[in-house]
Amino acid sequence: MTVGVEPVRDLAADELERAAPASLWRDTIRNILRQRSAVIGLIILLFLFLVALFAPVIAPYGPDDSMLDLGIPGRRGEAPCIHLLGCPADRVQHIMGLDSNLRDEFSRIVYGSRVSLQVGFLTVGLSIIVGSFIGAMAGFFGGAADNVLMRLMDIVLSFPSLILAIAIVTVLGSGLINAQMAIAIVAVPIYARVMRASVLSVREADFVTASRALGESSRGILSRRVLPNALTPAIVQGTLGIGAAILEVAALSFVGLGAQPPQAEWGAMISQDRNLFFSAPHLIFFPGVAITLVVLGFNLLGDGMRDALDPRLNR
Amino acid sequence: MTMFIVRRVISSIPVLIGVLVLVFVLVRVIPGDPCTATYGEKATPELCAQFEARYGLDKPLPEQFAIYAGALFQGDLGTSIRFGRPVGDILLERLPVTVELAVLALLFATIGGITLGLVSAIRRNSSVDAGTMVLANLGVSTPVFVLGLFLAFVFAVLLKDTPFALPPSGRLSPGVSVTPLAVAWGLEGLSGAPRSFLDFLSNMYLFNTLVTGQWSAFADSFRHLILPAIAVGTIPLAIVARMTRSSLLEVLGLDFVRTARAKGLGERSVVIRHGMRNALLPVVTIIGLSLGALLSGAILTETIFNLTGMGKTVFESIESRDYVTIQGVTIVVAITYVIVNLVVDVSYAFLDPRIRL
Repeated sequence: MTVGVEPVRDLAADELERAAPASLWRDTIRNILRQRSAVIGLIILLFLFLVALFAPVIAPYGPDDSMLDLGIPGRRGEAPCIHLLGCPADRVQHIMGLDSNLRDEFSRIVYGSRVSLQVGFLTVGLSIIVGSFIGAMAGFFGGAADNVLMRLMDIVLSFPSLILAIAIVTVLGSGLINAQMAIAIVAVPIYARVMRASVLSVREADFVTASRALGESSRGILSRRVLPNALTPAIVQGTLGIGAAILEVAALSFVGLGAQPPQAEWGAMISQDRNLFFSAPHLIFFPGVAITLVVLGFNLLGDGMRDALDPRLNR
Repeated sequence: MTMFIVRRVISSIPVLIGVLVLVFVLVRVIPGDPCTATYGEKATPELCAQFEARYGLDKPLPEQFAIYAGALFQGDLGTSIRFGRPVGDILLERLPVTVELAVLALLFATIGGITLGLVSAIRRNSSVDAGTMVLANLGVSTPVFVLGLFLAFVFAVLLKDTPFALPPSGRLSPGVSVTPLAVAWGLEGLSGAPRSFLDFLSNMYLFNTLVTGQWSAFADSFRHLILPAIAVGTIPLAIVARMTRSSLLEVLGLDFVRTARAKGLGERSVVIRHGMRNALLPVVTIIGLSLGALLSGAILTETIFNLTGMGKTVFESIESRDYVTIQGVTIVVAITYVIVNLVVDVSYAFLDPRIRL
């Protein structure tokens, strides 16, 4: 009898061990995919990601190619010309028209997707790393460290974000990288607060007490036990924050403090051709729609992830 | 309650001091010096020494800070390097535009957002609901400056010569003027702080023309603010609409609402008296949180609609390395923001007794 039972029990234990972590991930992904908004967001982002990846294949011209240098006739701010939609075949096709420097607007928009995705991920990545570090320190060590760090965060939060970002860029000097740094710094307190709250709740969990009883060092507990378990809220917040970061960096570029011409950055493109607005509205329309699309993608994905990972909303 | 307010006020003092220090340090490390920015090629070492002595820039940093903080407590924000006038005077002239724009945008966002959220929640999953939520998602994703330019294009170009045309730039039409309150009320003899306050109110054209009954000027200044206010208010409107909808849906699912329905109360009374009243707290929180977005939006929008407010002042002073003005504007904006947040916090305590504990 005993001989027959043992292997069965082993198999069950074995299966449990293998199945548990895998199904947690599978559940999370399934939960996210069940959110309609997350799926729409993912599709938009996948599309933009492919556009960015294959930009040289998709764009008919380089982002900085002037039609003047290529010897192709055209005029400043020329309206879109699409052959399929009845634009005469003897005219050169520019599906989004030409900008004020006789560059193909469509090519610039396509290459701009690279800048925009890079801006979103790098800016928020930097905020999350710095913010999580500060928040984790404050939450884990508590006491004076907590007080000092969180009051510092309060000071940063007591400025409207764009004003502080403008002040920081003024100090660092204009440029896309500096604008990203400024927006990242301004967003740090958000992640610090989220991370602190999350660390505070994880810190009291039984498995942390167990590690402490086993004699693990503070650093080990923080980096191996607490952080991995406290990171989810910061990541969800980060996904929601990418859209905002892209909007803010575009705004800085629009006021001339971010990306500098001739870089094909959507905010800077709008800023550059603003004066042609009444005669060539397409030069505002297309970059504007592009910004809205990428921000919409991240917002929808972030909303969906929040709903999927929030246990209170699990139905 | 009093204890709560006192505690909350005291806790914001270190934050305010931190703000002063941070702005002071930030402004001092801006590369490039104001003397060269002011005089350009004419800047000689002697001229610059004189210039720096005049603005106290030759003193050690801690001393500069002490002088600055001392003056600030007396309401003196220093003299602008670019305009050669007290920064306080410049703010009295220009801050009202930003304030009016932000308040109008806030009204638009609050009224529009709560209405849309309410309708969406009542007609849940209808086409109205779906449409509102699609619009709300688009609203939070569109940059303020793109929306502003578009509104200008639609209302000033496409709808030109129709009754819906709206002016795309400036604060008043050419030829329209607003009588200052000091003149209208015969208080020209007033001076000092009361006069400054009166001038500040006076420069809020909507308020001024409303209380003095200058109706045509009121209509004109209102028309000039409609497009900027919509541009600034759209993101907060979308956020408020989403929050109202989800909060109301949550509340309408609670037991006391079922009880109210079971008692035979009308649907209107159930939704408004029982539902909305309890659903509004998170909405108020969100409105409080979006004030930063409003101010940032107002600053971006001013450059598009050519309004001479805080935004324009900031950009002009950055160009000319006008430390004093950048410092003054940033500090006034930050202090306003801290105070507004304080008021928002205290008003929650009134709305939700649990917070007072």
